[in-house]
Amino acid sequence: MSNEPWQIGEIAGPKKALIITKPSVVVGMVKKAKRTLMVVGHQTAEIDLGEENAIDYMIKIADRFKIPIVATANAVSEFVERNYPISWMSAMDIGNRLQDPEWEGLDGKGQYDLVLFIGIPYYMEWTILSGLKHTAPNLKTISLDRYYHPHASWSFSNIKIDEWVTYLKTIIGQIEEKA
Amino acid sequence: MTSRKNVKFKFDKLKSETAEIDGLEVSIGKLIREKWDEPYGPTPSPSLATLREWDLKLLKRYKPFYLPYCDVCCLCTMGKCDLTAGKRGACGLDICAQQSRIVLIACCMGAATHIGHARHLVEHLIEKYGRDSPIDVGRSVGVDIEAPVTRLVYGEKPETLGDLEEVLDYVEKQVTQLLASTHTGQEGDNLDFESKVFHAGMIDQVGMEIADLAQISVYGFPKADPEAPLVELGIGVIDTTKPTILVIGHNVPPSVEIINYMEESGLSDSIEVAGICCTSIDATRYNPKAKIVGPISWQLRFIRSGMADVIVVDEQCIRTDVAIEAQKTMTPVIATAEKNCLGLPNRTNDPVDEIVKDLVEGKAHGALIFDPDKVGEVAVRTATLLAPKRKKFKVIPEISEILEGASKCAQCRFAPCMRACPNNLPIREAMEQAAKGDLEGLSNLYEVCIGCVRCESACTNDLPIHNYIVGASIKKMMEEKYKIRSGRGPIQDVEIRKVGGPIVLGEIPGVIALVGCANYPKGGNEVAEIAEEFAKRRFIVTTSGCSAMSIGMYRDEDGRNLYEVYPGEFDAGGIVNVGSCVANPHIAGAAIKIASIFARRKLRGNYEEIADYIHNRVGAVGIAWGAITQKAASIASGFWRLGIPVIVGPHGSKYRRMLLGRKDRKEDWYVYDARTGEKVFVGPCPEHLFYTAETKEEAMVMAAKLCMRPNDTARGRMIKLAHYIDLHKRFYKVMPDDIHLFVRTETDLPITMKEEIKKILAEKGWKENIIPDPTLLPRMVHTKEEKSDE
Ligand code: SF4
Ligand code: SF4
Ligand code: SF4
Repeated sequence: MSNEPWQIGEIAGPKKALIITKPSVVVGMVKKAKRTLMVVGHQTAEIDLGEENAIDYMIKIADRFKIPIVATANAVSEFVERNYPISWMSAMDIGNRLQDPEWEGLDGKGQYDLVLFIGIPYYMEWTILSGLKHTAPNLKTISLDRYYHPHASWSFSNIKIDEWVTYLKTIIGQIEEKA
Repeated sequence: MTSRKNVKFKFDKLKSETAEIDGLEVSIGKLIREKWDEPYGPTPSPSLATLREWDLKLLKRYKPFYLPYCDVCCLCTMGKCDLTAGKRGACGLDICAQQSRIVLIACCMGAATHIGHARHLVEHLIEKYGRDSPIDVGRSVGVDIEAPVTRLVYGEKPETLGDLEEVLDYVEKQVTQLLASTHTGQEGDNLDFESKVFHAGMIDQVGMEIADLAQISVYGFPKADPEAPLVELGIGVIDTTKPTILVIGHNVPPSVEIINYMEESGLSDSIEVAGICCTSIDATRYNPKAKIVGPISWQLRFIRSGMADVIVVDEQCIRTDVAIEAQKTMTPVIATAEKNCLGLPNRTNDPVDEIVKDLVEGKAHGALIFDPDKVGEVAVRTATLLAPKRKKFKVIPEISEILEGASKCAQCRFAPCMRACPNNLPIREAMEQAAKGDLEGLSNLYEVCIGCVRCESACTNDLPIHNYIVGASIKKMMEEKYKIRSGRGPIQDVEIRKVGGPIVLGEIPGVIALVGCANYPKGGNEVAEIAEEFAKRRFIVTTSGCSAMSIGMYRDEDGRNLYEVYPGEFDAGGIVNVGSCVANPHIAGAAIKIASIFARRKLRGNYEEIADYIHNRVGAVGIAWGAITQKAASIASGFWRLGIPVIVGPHGSKYRRMLLGRKDRKEDWYVYDARTGEKVFVGPCPEHLFYTAETKEEAMVMAAKLCMRPNDTARGRMIKLAHYIDLHKRFYKVMPDDIHLFVRTETDLPITMKEEIKKILAEKGWKENIIPDPTLLPRMVHTKEEKSDE
């Protein structure tokens, strides 16, 4: 089950995402990257994680690593309501820009080398990650969804919600990673 | 007068040494008898590369963003080839060209399907009604341009059924040539593939137009009638105490002959004819007493409900396992099209009595009958005799069976049911709830389930999950009683004269065309909500096919049906159902007629100029929220070549590439000012040509934005900006960040937001600009002589 796509028919091809077995992989990659971006889709707001919503976890990750956020579709209003500064663009638009080596980035300082994705409908995120795998070979992508995304460079496997929450909390630094 | 390829002689008096003949007329080959004196434009009957320059202009602005469905190519025996990230296949092809090639193959399939449908229909109608049967789609209400797409593309004006054959010859040839270019070792460049995709879409529009012209003319469908009748829609409107015939598909002659036979036999009131997909819309266009079950996704739930005593299928969008499914409810299936024989024995030449006997006695579970008249008789007689025996035998389970079945759910850790479901519906949770005696979870899935039954195929315990969903919702299902306006056909020339100005100037903020299939991410109500939103805002909403049905299956806050609230006129605030899928060209045709009737641009074989006009002036946007098929792909590509943007729902991202503009690249958004020849920045209008939206809210914000055109007057732009900003603020709770790109002068600013926007403009360093007479074609710049003539 570990590296099977969540939606059964979405068989990718020869190059598949590596599995994030420990949250420290994400932390290490973000620390190593020169310019990281986070893309947050509308489903993120629909994931209820008890006292907080997955959007709040993303805000904490972004804060910890100083990562700019691009919110897509209705996710925009979630950040606006929280008064959290973000940029907004549609999922297709940000995908399209990320494959252009000449893109200036959100801040005019150029293209990114690492992008974290979360919360776009599985099959749509799948196609965008596929597009980037093929046409942006220098870009690393990480899926923070709790489903295996074969077209990302790195992805969690299909995991349960509590396991996922633990991973996110570890990335945020709220809990120590077990050795 | 002769057309280009055929010859006609007419002699009032022929005298020779041996004879003297009066009034001899000789025709060689087929012929379009023209009474159209408009001179030919530059591109009548264009071939594959004729409009390539135009396509490349669009593709320079709207570059493909590729979204490969998989990493390999498996189209020839040198494969499978791994094309990941720049690798090339054994033939030299890369992933971009391969994706475009697949899009082209899909569009060829779509175009071939409509054209094949048109050919079948036209041949049948010629056989029955004669080659000289006139084309008339609303002459009495002033529809003079009866075939805008055909006139524009092919360059002729068809007047009779026979004339249509010649147009079909042309489009069939184009599809063959296009398909040939997808062969291993042919076209290798992605943009050239894309140009051919546009060609396929354009050809497809001609094919669809031919099909609808033929059926409207001969069958007497509503002819450009804004008050086409309201007909019944929904499972609950079907009187299941009567023998019931279910028709599925798109090609209407078998349904027509069923209705005719019922009338001839005095059985009109004792049998129900209900349909799924476009055939049902067309059956109601023929006879408003026919009923519509619902869109494509309602197929299995209705078949399994056992309400149909006979199922008649024609072609397209029919479940390929319909014969297997129908056997479960002991319902015979009659297949009627060579394209869709379903493994059934050909009984076309057998006596009707024998076929009926075999079907009624269960000796045969189906029959293939190519003769629509015979289908009519067999279906009606079989339904009548079989209904008392079948007693509506169904496979939808009773509540007790569902509860028992749910208790067998193993609650699999990795829920294969959910993982097989296209919409990732929470089936496992619903089953867990049902096992505890609560069916609400299953019932909640009813509206969002697209009826694909992948969950059932995947279930480790072979549970009939879809049946449980339907069974848990049976009350809801039987209460589905709605209305839909039957397809009206073309838009009247007089309507175009009335709205042409306001559309081109921007005062009617846009035309939103809700078309396509029912692969919705969250149910069909979303389409209706989009329609309602834009109709309220006084856009013109047009629709067709399954989307038109979804709009009908919704009630507004006051419990009203949208077709009863909003008029069927092509005017601000109308919801205009043009008809079935093949009626879609009436929407493109309306845009073409705006250029031709309102702006008096020449139509005949003048594609590029008309497309340039539409792209720069007509704020139309297509939304195919649940697009599924290859036909939907080719329909979209027909809009692209005209420069009309199309938005698809999230499943549409699987169409393998989008055509996206880049508003951050100023250099992409210049047009020529036809008055001066100068290049003028006009902002990203329209920003995209093919675009996937993640949610209905995003689709609405984007649709409002994509209605802006360089030609908008200040007043028009003000209105369009106000809608865009309002929707953006409603759904995203913030002002758009790109307003400065759409403001040309301060008079563009919506009055109530003027000060707020002015601040934003100042921050963005905005500068005032002129409103040009926009064109992408240097040849459209007026010459000095022309100017002195004016
Ligand atoms: S068509 Fe080309 S890319 Fe595809 S399998 Fe054959 S050689 Fe490979
Ligand atoms: S039938 Fe409905 S629940 Fe089952 S997989 Fe299809 S959409 Fe999902
Ligand atoms: S696959 Fe079947 S048995 Fe397993 S959870 Fe889904 S419904 Fe239950």
